[in-house]
This record gives sequence, C-alpha cells and structure tokens, in this order.
Amino acid sequence: MSELKTKEPLFSAKNLKLIKNPLGKDNPITVQVLGICSALAVTAKLQPAIVMALSVIVVVALSNVIVSLLRNTIPPRIRIIVQLVIVSLMVILVDQVLKAFVYDVSKQLSVFIGLIITNCIVMGRLEAFAMANRPWESFLDGIGNGIGYGLILVIVAFFRELFGSGTLFGHQVIPEKFYEWGYVNNGFFILPPMALILVGIIIWVQRSRNKELQEK
Amino acid sequence: MKFIRDILDKQKPLFSKGGRFSMFQSTFEAFETFFFVPNTVTSSGAHIRDAVDMKRTMIVVVAALVPALLFGVWNTGYQHFLSLGESVGFWQMVGFGALKVLPILIVSYVVGLGIEFAFAQIRHHEVNEGFLVSGILIPLVLPPDIPLWMVAVATAFAVIIGKEVFGGTGMNIMNPALTARAFLFFAYPSSMSGDNVWIAEKADAYSGATPLGNLLNNNSGDLPNLWDMFIGIIPGSIGETSKIAILLGAVILLITGIASARIMISVFVGGTVMGLLFNLIGANEYMQLPFYYHFLMGGFMFGAVFMATDPVTAAQTPKGKLIYGFLIGMFAILIRVLNPAYPEGMMLAILLMNVFAPLIDYYVVGANINRREKRAKKAIAIQINETKI
Repeated sequence: MSELKTKEPLFSAKNLKLIKNPLGKDNPITVQVLGICSALAVTAKLQPAIVMALSVIVVVALSNVIVSLLRNTIPPRIRIIVQLVIVSLMVILVDQVLKAFVYDVSKQLSVFIGLIITNCIVMGRLEAFAMANRPWESFLDGIGNGIGYGLILVIVAFFRELFGSGTLFGHQVIPEKFYEWGYVNNGFFILPPMALILVGIIIWVQRSRNKELQEK
Repeated sequence: MKFIRDILDKQKPLFSKGGRFSMFQSTFEAFETFFFVPNTVTSSGAHIRDAVDMKRTMIVVVAALVPALLFGVWNTGYQHFLSLGESVGFWQMVGFGALKVLPILIVSYVVGLGIEFAFAQIRHHEVNEGFLVSGILIPLVLPPDIPLWMVAVATAFAVIIGKEVFGGTGMNIMNPALTARAFLFFAYPSSMSGDNVWIAEKADAYSGATPLGNLLNNNSGDLPNLWDMFIGIIPGSIGETSKIAILLGAVILLITGIASARIMISVFVGGTVMGLLFNLIGANEYMQLPFYYHFLMGGFMFGAVFMATDPVTAAQTPKGKLIYGFLIGMFAILIRVLNPAYPEGMMLAILLMNVFAPLIDYYVVGANINRREKRAKKAIAIQINETKI
C-alpha cells in the first residue's frame, strides 16, 4: 500500500477525475440534487453566492481531510456525530473569518453560513468518500464537489441578479436607456421559485447534452 | 374544398422527408389536418374514433371564448372613453378596444405557436393544438394596458416551462394561460395589479379600481351595481368582466360536452359555501358581502367556466372533479377575503388545485378499489357461509 502511494503522482488522471466529475456528470446539485435549499436562498445576488460557494468549498475540503485522517479511529457507531463536530468546527471558523473581513456579506448570508452544517453535500462527501479514502484524495474530492456546487450557485445568481435587479455585483449593467423604453426588472427572479426553475433549466440543458445522464 | 386538397397534395412531397422544406414538415401537417380530417387508421389498441379530434375540440372552446373577447374589445374602449369623460359612438369604442386588444392577441399567438412549432419539429411529433385555446385565453386574463413585450415573455415562459418541459399538450400539470398570468403577476406586479392598469390609457384623475380593489380598501360604497357587474361594464381583465358573455360560452361548452358540468357547478358551490361561512363570521365589511357578489366580481366566473374545466389539468375521476371544483371555489374566496396581497384569488386557487388534482384522483381511485375489495370479500364470506350451511 505504501509503495503504491509513493508511485502515484499527486495529480494523476484518477485524481484529476475527482475534481472534474463533480463539475459535470456527477454534479452535487444538478445530478445528485443535494444542497438545493441554500442554492435557492443565497442566489438572489452574485456576491453572496460567490462567498457562499467559497465557504462551502473550504468547509467540504477541510472536513474531508480531517475525517479522512481520523477515518480508522472513528468508531462506526458514532461516526455521524463525530463528523458533525468536525463540520461545525469548520463552519464556525469560516463564519468568524467572514465576520472579521467581509462583515456586510456575512450579514446578508445570515443563517445560511451556519446552515452549511446541514448541507447534504458536506455530510454526503464525508460518508461516501472521506470515510474510505486517503487524505489527499479526500481533499481533491472536497474541492471538486465544492466547486461543482459553487458553479451552479454562480450561474443561477448571475441570471437572477441580471434579470431581477439589472445589476451584477451591485453595478448597474442594463443600460438606463432600456428602462426609458419601458423595460422593467423582473420581480419573479428575486423570488426563490425562480431559482428552482433556473436549476431545473440547467438540469434540462445538461441532460439533453449528456447521453450518460438520460434514463432509458 | 377540392382545390384546397389539390394544393395540399401538390405541396406534400416538398415537405415530406427528404423534401426541400422537410424542416417545416410538422408545420405543413398542422395546416393539412386543420383543413381535413386525417385519413390515418389506428393500427393497434383502441379503435374508437370520432371526427371530433383534439383540433376540433379546441376550436369549439375558442368559439366559446369569442363572446367574451368581443365584449372585452368593446369594454376596453368604453372604459377608456368613460375615464376621459368623452362620449363617443359604438364603433369608435370598438375601434379603440380592437387597437388595444388585438396586438395582445397576435403577440400571444405568434410567440406561443412559434415555440410550439419549433418544439414539434425538434421532437418529431405533430404540432399540438392546445395552444389554440391558450393563445386566446392569455389576452383575456390580462389587463388591457399590459406592455406587449411582457405578453411575449410570459407566453414564452408559459409554453416552455409550463408545458413543453412536461412533454407538451396533455402532459402539463398547470394551466398554461394561468401560468402566463401568474408569471406576470409575480414578475411585473406594477403592470398587473393596483388601480391603474385595468383601464387602457385612462385619465389620471379617474379611479380605475376594480370592484375587488375597492373591497380590499374597504370601499364597498364604491361598488358598481349588480346589473353593471353582470353585463360587465366595469374595469377588469379583458375577458373577465362580462358575465353574460361568459355564461354564453359556458352554454356552448356544456352543450357540446367539452367542459365538465360537475367541475363548473362544484366551483360555484364551493364559492357559495365559503361566502356564507364568511357571512357567519362577519368580522369586517368584506366578510359580510353576500356570496353572489363574489361570482360577479373579478375572474371567478371566467375561471370557473374556462380555466378550472381544462380537461388536462383538472381531476379526471367523477368524484375527484367534485372535490377539485369545490376546493377551487373555497380557496378563491378565502384568498380574496383574507389575503390583502392578492386581490383576486381565482388564479392562485386554480393553480394550486391543478397541482393537487393528481393526488385527489389517486385517493379517489384508491377509495374505489378499497370499497370494491370489501364488497368482494363480503360476497365471498357469504358464499362460504352458505356452503357451510
């Protein structure tokens, strides 16, 4: 086993797949349909969505590493509670950092940073991957899934902010002229149901392009 | 008629597979079956066929909607000139109304049918006729002052998200026309609610409040009299104001057997029960309103006749239809009276029950199976007892 470890390069094809797969055919939101709740809640504007995505990437990656390091010593019967303690530790760290450096965004995200603890993606990766794999692979898997989650969040937030508020990152994008001609911001994009519809459209596009995901 | 057949036969090879215009095959087919009943024969399964296919069913519904549309055209003009305080002739009112209403109708049809044809071609199926009805329903449930680009966006949303993602006509969960209206209601509330949108280009000083709007502001003194509301000379969505025109449509639908009388009647029963219940409580002016006022205001009657009876989105079982209609009536009045954010509850009530219709059917069918199973068991038990004796 130890020989194998030294032979395998850090970014072997197999390891790269751990990052690539969650972006496409194994995406946590569009394929596994996890973490939908926060995808609906924090995507009205781009900035909080990106901060949320980064927070989840950090939490998933680091808790994956820690659980993977401890995987042989965690008693199976109480593994969930141990995982929860680790995840909440990470979440609290992230929360404190956000409060210290980007207080405004942290206020916008309110409870949703705390609720990363209950994000199914985090627990899912710990159970499905970190409990059975070495730390480096677990780290890559966490990064991959975090980015896969963040990618969808950013896409959804982009459209919601553009059509809902006419802005991107708080800057006016849709020219004033349009409003003079009678254009009106679409209030439906501000409401969470539109995020659900947008996620649905992303799933639709992804499935129609990717034959592997289609049911026979 | 023969010359149409000749023209169609001449053009057919061009549109068939391999022909020059094969990309428009579904379009061609749609127009061919529009003129002639297709001569294809069922090769397997059920063999009951009727000349009244979906296309002809839909045309009857469109015909039933025409009185409401025509009245809407006149009323749009009438309300406009009334608000300006000018008295003009009948044709001038109709002319103004037509200039307001027809563009909405055209936009709705062009956008909706364009998307339908595109999807039919991409998915290689026939063009579904469902949009013939949705296309005329959409303008009828909108205020006359709605900007045309909003109509286009809402129609596209309703056809794509409300219908095509579920698999096209017959597969949709929610009524497409109401989906379009709900989309506009939540997306552009300033163009869909309030007192300023219900009369086209009204004078600023004139109050354009609908009866429902008046009641919400506790202005029941400003209510138009019952007769005006029944004829429909009140502000409102284009097609919903005239109860006479709607009843005319209802008669056409019921005689031809296209709409379910069970649903229609149970909607009114539901509304009556809820109205009487509120009368009993009587906490404010709105609750004390006699129940029949509710039928004459807003879109209650229009929804009951044309929306709730949509055969695709309504409950399918006879008992289920009763429950479905009853709950629509109840919820519509409930939302109207209790929720100040939504002056008109009919749209939301129908959409909600659209979503629940399959569940209602599921339990109605389940209850029927249980009942018959019990009966069968009883019969067997009796038989066994008899043989013992």
